[in-house]
Amino acid sequence: MSPVEALRSALDALRANVLRSALTMLGIIIGVTAVIVMVAVGSGARAKVMQQIQSLGSNLIIVVSGSMTSGGVRMGVGSRWSLSEEDGAALARDVPSIQVAVGTVRGSAQIVAGNTNWSTVVLGVGPGYLEARDWELAAGRDFTAQEFSGAGKVILLGETVVKNLFGEGVDPVGQIIRVRATPFTVTGVLARKGQNTQGQDQDDVVVVPVATAKQKVLGSSRANARAVAAMLVKVRDGEDMADAERQMREVLRQRHRLTAAQDDDFWIRNLTEVANTQLESSKALALLLAAVAGVSLLVGGIGIMNIMLVSVTERTREIGLRLAVGARRRDILSQFLIEATTLAAIGGAIGVVLGVGGSIIVAELGGWPTLINPEVVLAAVGFSALIGVFFGFYPAQRASHLDPIEALRHE
Amino acid sequence: MDDAPLIETRELAKTYVMGDQRVRALRRVTLSIARGEFVAVMGPSGSGKSTFMNLIGCLDTPTKGEYRIDGESVGGLSPDRLAELRNRKIGFVFQSFNLLPRATALANVSLPMLYAGADRATRAARAQRALDVVGLSARMDHRPSQLSGGQQQRVAIARALVNAPALLLADEPTGALDTRTSLEIMALFQSLNKEGQTVVVVTHEPDVAEFAGRVVRFRDGKVVDDRRQTPRDAATQLAALGAEQAEEAA
Ligand SMILES: Nc1ncnc2c1ncn2[C@@H]1O[C@H](COP(=O)(O)OP(=O)(O)OP(=O)(O)O)[C@@H](O)[C@H]1O
Ligand SMILES: [Mg+2]
Repeated sequence: MSPVEALRSALDALRANVLRSALTMLGIIIGVTAVIVMVAVGSGARAKVMQQIQSLGSNLIIVVSGSMTSGGVRMGVGSRWSLSEEDGAALARDVPSIQVAVGTVRGSAQIVAGNTNWSTVVLGVGPGYLEARDWELAAGRDFTAQEFSGAGKVILLGETVVKNLFGEGVDPVGQIIRVRATPFTVTGVLARKGQNTQGQDQDDVVVVPVATAKQKVLGSSRANARAVAAMLVKVRDGEDMADAERQMREVLRQRHRLTAAQDDDFWIRNLTEVANTQLESSKALALLLAAVAGVSLLVGGIGIMNIMLVSVTERTREIGLRLAVGARRRDILSQFLIEATTLAAIGGAIGVVLGVGGSIIVAELGGWPTLINPEVVLAAVGFSALIGVFFGFYPAQRASHLDPIEALRHE
Repeated sequence: MDDAPLIETRELAKTYVMGDQRVRALRRVTLSIARGEFVAVMGPSGSGKSTFMNLIGCLDTPTKGEYRIDGESVGGLSPDRLAELRNRKIGFVFQSFNLLPRATALANVSLPMLYAGADRATRAARAQRALDVVGLSARMDHRPSQLSGGQQQRVAIARALVNAPALLLADEPTGALDTRTSLEIMALFQSLNKEGQTVVVVTHEPDVAEFAGRVVRFRDGKVVDDRRQTPRDAATQLAALGAEQAEEAA
């Protein structure tokens, strides 16, 4: 029998029992749909985390002022800034694996441009901050060395701030805006970064030189004018982060003259590691989703096997007759295999349509990013056809090994 | 080669083993059937008629003995080789028709050619011709449920004939049919036989056996009687029956 004829007779047989065929397919449909949607959701989530990690900047370690007292009460960050810009310079000098170390302070303020205003985060940063964060400028320029050292009234705006203060399509570079009544010149606009791993908008921010921030925004010139709340450290590519962390701790403890009995008066955290942990857990989630979906596909396959076994039993006389008029074993085998595979493949195709549609709907309605992978779609269809062959084989094998006389006598 | 009998069995035996019970369904049957013969096989129930038919139809393999069809020895052939033999040389007609219920008459008749590897056009043409022979060309597109018993059996006969088999085997083909329809089927067999078709028919009814040129009787798995006779003409009988019925109606 030619393959076309075999397919036609398989379709005839499936059409003879439409409801049953449809129900059998349903298992595969649900399985394939689940696989595609789940993998799309999983890889969407992963892509999102990945993009957030990239937006953070790579190889980052943050050092925060403050410590655990021996009593166990944490001193509030800012109550005493233990870190200074000099610490940063020392780190960059004494730890060779460090590419750049930048002091930062952070506060919030209302910003006014013309008659619009916007409350946002103000970041005071030292030179090299943009480099550390792998942050490009969408327009304008970074601060000059004089602006950094001389507490220049210059400001970089995040995209969200630009949008809210100036609206879309306006170039704010060179404009004057006010932060706490102090006029600042906009020197540049930061490139878009999107959300961070905590879901905060990283573009809702303005950046000023750290000295300016302390004088004009945070409003308090502290005892040590060079003190900073935190330090962002970028380790050179390919260097060992844990090793860098250890050396940093040593340098800082020495500079802060801490005895062995004293706790650190700072707090070091490997941001990249944190992000990687999140990436790992998103991977695990994706894998779990795919596994659950895979199980439903398997159940669908077992459904096919069940129905094919029933069908073989029901059609025993037909098989006997076919054998009597000259069907060889392989004719019967391929007839039932093709039926099972056709069931699975049609179910798989419907599942692909529903799966792709479902992924789009999840993305649209749920606001959850989904990523449809063509390879996954192909694999799902291929896998469902394979399920047809695999789970169809046993029933088909049984059919082909029937004894013609017994089969003909079957009631 | 052409003088050799179409069917030749030597000491053919079939024993069924069920647990510790052995049923000797066929015991050393030696029989020849020549080309162009019309043989009726008779005998009481359980005497081994169907067993014999299944063996000469290559549906089953003997426990002992030898069997040649068309000069070809059947002993020790694989299931697939037997299937090919059935496909090319044998046409089966069953008591219960065994038509595929969802297929049209034409598709049912085409079935054996599907396994012979004939192309679509050839299949359709030859199936139509076979249906023509059995007088059903007007019912090609009917499904079995839309046909009478006699018509269904004629579709089955067309199916048996479609690959031009050397041997037409019918196991109680009229068992499920009334007298008139039985006559029609036997007339069909006779006309096929007149054109050279070798036919072997199993029947319980002596009336039916009268249309054959040779009657072989089985008892307890053995051939107990084998005689030739002048067959009665089924067509004449059918005409007479027609006249009788017309009279009754009047
Ligand atoms: N598959 C089988 N297994 C066991 N015994 C069998 C089998 N087929 C047939 N027999 C036995 O073999 C013997 C011959 O059976 P067979 O069917 O050939 O008889 P038959 O002459 O065709 O009878 P009937 O006229 O009732 O059809 C019987 O005793 C039957 O019970
Ligand atoms: Mg019988």
